[in-house]
Amino acid sequence: MVEHFKMRTVDLAATPLRDLNADLHRQGDGSNETRWEVLNPRGAHAVAVGVDAPLAIDVRGSVGYYCAGMNKKAAITVHGSAGPGVAENMMSGTVVVKGDASQYAGATGRGGLLVVEGNASSRCGISMKGIDIVVKGSIGHMSAFMAQSGTLVVLGDAGDALGDSIYEARLFVRGKVKSLGADCIEKEMRDEHHALLAGLLDKAGVSGVATTEFTRYGSARKLYTFNIDNADAY
Amino acid sequence: MCGIVGLFLKDAALEPKLGSLVETMLATMCERGPDSAGFAVYGAPAAGRTKMTLQSASPETDFAGLRDDLRRITGVDSSLQVKSTHAVLTVPSGMADVVRAELRAAHPGIRVMSVGETIEIYKEVGYPTGVAARFDLASMQGTHAIGHTRMATESAVTTLGAHPFSTGPDQCLVHNGSLSNHNNLRRELVRSGMTFETDNDSEVAAAYLTWRMQQGMNLGAALEKSLGDLDGFFNFVVGTRDGFGVIRDPIACKPAVMAETGQWVAFGSEYRALVGLPGIEQARVWEPEPATVYFWER
Repeated sequence: MVEHFKMRTVDLAATPLRDLNADLHRQGDGSNETRWEVLNPRGAHAVAVGVDAPLAIDVRGSVGYYCAGMNKKAAITVHGSAGPGVAENMMSGTVVVKGDASQYAGATGRGGLLVVEGNASSRCGISMKGIDIVVKGSIGHMSAFMAQSGTLVVLGDAGDALGDSIYEARLFVRGKVKSLGADCIEKEMRDEHHALLAGLLDKAGVSGVATTEFTRYGSARKLYTFNIDNADAY
Repeated sequence: MCGIVGLFLKDAALEPKLGSLVETMLATMCERGPDSAGFAVYGAPAAGRTKMTLQSASPETDFAGLRDDLRRITGVDSSLQVKSTHAVLTVPSGMADVVRAELRAAHPGIRVMSVGETIEIYKEVGYPTGVAARFDLASMQGTHAIGHTRMATESAVTTLGAHPFSTGPDQCLVHNGSLSNHNNLRRELVRSGMTFETDNDSEVAAAYLTWRMQQGMNLGAALEKSLGDLDGFFNFVVGTRDGFGVIRDPIACKPAVMAETGQWVAFGSEYRALVGLPGIEQARVWEPEPATVYFWER
């Protein structure tokens, strides 16, 4: 017997945002309502924030601040562009932005995968702590600032000060990097990096792009602890 | 915080709807700036006339008899259209300085919000939708308009501290951010002959651009120069009689979204501000780059 999962459609032109989010928060691991569609977001803030269940949520339109923030387990797709802080502090799951993402996409994220099919603006992956981010376009300045762990993949170019004060996050950029931030350096691509990158490109649905087209960047590990010889760099 | 909206029409067929489109945009930005609001509307010029937008905390007494007094001083008739705490005074071109001097001498309760051929500026303390309603923004027509919702950080919540600021004929500026070198720059501009109504940092930015344009630069060149001389956080949206400009500081932490179609160019602090515009689904939507001048002129 085929099990019929209910598709829930919530029109934000008629339903208050808090009702949508409260409904999403009521869903747990065994929920039968696994497919959700959100209509008319019209740039609203905090759409589908704090979801903690394996749901598939399609947002039909552009969203404002903090969409899919703190996401856990859910697969959220924004069929439009996202405002500042999309997937901020994501724990797990997948967030896909079909358009562009504004500032600090994936900031502080601890896990999961964020895919931006267009461009991401400044501070993409700032202070990332385990999240994987794949941007099919370009990213803005100060991206991966203080990035601690996880992987940032950029198919286009990166803006100024990439990876400033970076810890152990891995950065792969296919295009040009306008400038590197303090303590961020170019690194060699070893086999394990090609494998990691190939896996992420595959998960993000990127085909026809060779991992050899990318350059890896990471920490020079000179700023980890205070060293008087580095005083000028702090 | 603070919210900014701006709309520059390319299609004259939309001009009758300018006010209602901008009112809808402004209403989406209330949470970003609930303490005061204002807007500049560039309407139709009248041949040989200059418009002065005046403001008074006591409009019943201050605006009564004003026309008679000005007729006595200038020898010519002017028209006065009162809208709540504001009034649009239309005088023969070239008379604005005489009228301004008379207002300063004999009508100390009246402030001049703007002077120009097409610009009118309305701004007040209060929730933005209420401010828009009291001046009937929805009914206004014109070629372009810039609006602002204010959450004050650098100076007092007063009518004069609200945006837009106008420091030259048909010029206006709105600002989201805060400047850190405004006191020094104000002193330098005062030495260059500029005058100031407030302690507000944004007024300094407006006066700086006016000063640059007085030196012969167009708005685009003046905005380019501001990147080297203004320190702090800023998104500026600036209007002139025929132009509309946008600039963000190099750090660009204040939000900004732009959209363009064959009919219009629009600015919003957030995408929410743009969703009511006709054809937004087909518009090119983008985030303006840091330290980059965007400038349209008709």
